[in-house]
Amino acid sequence: MTGRATPPSRVRRLPRPHLPARLRRRPVPTPGSPVAPADRFRFTDLLGEATADIGSRPGRLVMTVLGTVLGITALVATIGLAQTAAAQIARQFDAASVTQLVVTPRTASTGGGTTVATTALPWDAVPRLERLAGIESATLLAEVPLPEAVVTTVPVNDPSQPPSAPPPVYAASDELLDTLGGQLATGRFFDAGHDRRADRVAVLGARVAERLGVVRVDTQPSVFIDGIAYAVVGVVASLDARAELLGAVILPTGTARADFGLAAPGDAQARIAVGAGPQLRGQAALALAPDDPESLEVDAPDGRSELGRDVQADVNEVFLVLSVIVLLAGGVGIANVTTLSVMERVGEIGLRRAIGATGRQIAGQFVAESVVVGLLGGLIGAALGVFAVVGVSVVRGWTPVVDPWVALGGALLGAVVGLVAGGLPARRAARIEPVDALRGGT
Amino acid sequence: MTTGPAAPAADPATEPLPATVPATEPAALPATLPATEPAAPPAIELRDVTRSFPGPPEVQALKGVSLSVADGDYVSVTGPSGSGKSTMLNVLGLLDRPTVGEYRLGGVLTGTLDEDERAALRARHLGFVFQAFHLMSRRSVLENVLLPMLYNGTPRAEREPRAREALERVGLGHRVGFLPGTLSGGERQRVAVARAVASRPRVLLADEPTGNLDQATSGEIMALFDELHADGLTLVVITHDADVARRASRRIRLADGRVSEAG
Repeated sequence: MTGRATPPSRVRRLPRPHLPARLRRRPVPTPGSPVAPADRFRFTDLLGEATADIGSRPGRLVMTVLGTVLGITALVATIGLAQTAAAQIARQFDAASVTQLVVTPRTASTGGGTTVATTALPWDAVPRLERLAGIESATLLAEVPLPEAVVTTVPVNDPSQPPSAPPPVYAASDELLDTLGGQLATGRFFDAGHDRRADRVAVLGARVAERLGVVRVDTQPSVFIDGIAYAVVGVVASLDARAELLGAVILPTGTARADFGLAAPGDAQARIAVGAGPQLRGQAALALAPDDPESLEVDAPDGRSELGRDVQADVNEVFLVLSVIVLLAGGVGIANVTTLSVMERVGEIGLRRAIGATGRQIAGQFVAESVVVGLLGGLIGAALGVFAVVGVSVVRGWTPVVDPWVALGGALLGAVVGLVAGGLPARRAARIEPVDALRGGT
Repeated sequence: MTTGPAAPAADPATEPLPATVPATEPAALPATLPATEPAAPPAIELRDVTRSFPGPPEVQALKGVSLSVADGDYVSVTGPSGSGKSTMLNVLGLLDRPTVGEYRLGGVLTGTLDEDERAALRARHLGFVFQAFHLMSRRSVLENVLLPMLYNGTPRAEREPRAREALERVGLGHRVGFLPGTLSGGERQRVAVARAVASRPRVLLADEPTGNLDQATSGEIMALFDELHADGLTLVVITHDADVARRASRRIRLADGRVSEAG
């Protein structure tokens, strides 16, 4: 006998293998005792068997995973685009709102149907707030109650002028422009000195300035409030927050207290670091009213943009439903193809049963196959979904935002779809009788 | 070996061996056992086995068959169509259960085993060769031969060496990477034989192993069976072919569900 391949009619007889005794001896089935199951069919074997044939029919594989791919793509793209859009909205609109904190005294209803503040903010609220970590700048604001006031640029009342509502008059501390992110059209804002000395200076909002005809301050224009002249030192062109001040006359708080007897600040507003809102909500009230923090109401932004979250929720609801429908279709697709596969492979199933596979092992193999197909669909779908988000973002000039867990979860969801879809065909496979199955060929 | 309703010769008391006696490797069994060794239980023992299929009309494919096959026997089972050959193979292969009667495989009474235990017994003690080969067309020759060892407890490291050894033994060591579709009928059946013996079964059951082969190729397969028999493997071959049946050391004829003739 030689080592060369021999003709079929002269089959070689090889020497008996020299295996260690422990390996040569097979388990002894003892009469009456239960037969130990063949326990070496492990997870790796199952995985090997489940993946061995997966690429053997590429056309069918594509059709099988298509539904899952579409479903997961839609799902990941939907969530990703919603996140991206929400982030975009947050960037555009939230810059001011997520960084503004407002403290106001709580109000209570009186018997006459009016509401009054139950407490008063301290005049030194600004330095108190600015001591808190996360507060970048703070200002006091109060509307000066002047119901009958006339605000003009001339000291006389011109009866021929059409009657018009006077602009509101606000008192503010000198940090207002910094706190509210304001831009001046011309001139300057009053400073701490003006405030302390109660100088009669005023800053006009852009709309008031336009209405009163004030376009420049180097001519030292004045406005008359209740007949008192205030030198206009500047005009505010824009404000990121409290835009209503653009239609108001703004005086230093010291001036308003001296001239109009302003009793207390109406509210304190602060510009805070992004994300500091939840923490400052409690601290600000305690800093301003340590004896009764509950008497103050603090409006601070949440950690995330509520607006963005709302948009995300709206977009998600619509498209998630669509994604789930597509995903269900994908699951049905896997179930159908797996059932077809079971019917086609009856002979193989019979063979495996004959050579010792249990029904559970057969079922496990088919479930594992459909899980692998589902996972494949999920991975491809998640990748396509991320690409879709990136593509749309590039076209729209957005920054793509996709939570990594969404992509990962999408892929795993594909596997879950496969698991569910493979269950029924796998049961069917496990019930095939080997005797019946072996009558056909493989 | 005895046939018919008579009591089996090997162990009149029909008591199986004590649990301490190891089931030896089939190939090494008959020649190496010392004379003083207690007699091993028959590889196969059927006792008054009847298998009926509910009708109407009810069909009794096997009628009170008793049969004992000792380790190392080479038995052929012949008979006309409908005589119960396939039913007998299914019962012997633990693919079907007798309606009445006892079947012991290697001394183990199989009637009381559940499906998982029967599957384990099939995996460890039986090898099958079918007329239709039943090879997996998308797996290579080597992968086909590896398949039974997935289920019979063969350690992973031993599987491939054993499969290659079995393929060498049937003369197909040079075809390990081929797909079955590229092989001739005779080669495919040799792959099937390699698959059956690679897991070192106690009994090889062959159902019309030459049914799809021409005469020359049939001769190759039978030569292979002769070698396996010479190595001590127990073979039960079901066949229509009188030439194939004559190669066996013992010949059984089935007619109308009864064992009617012993060679």
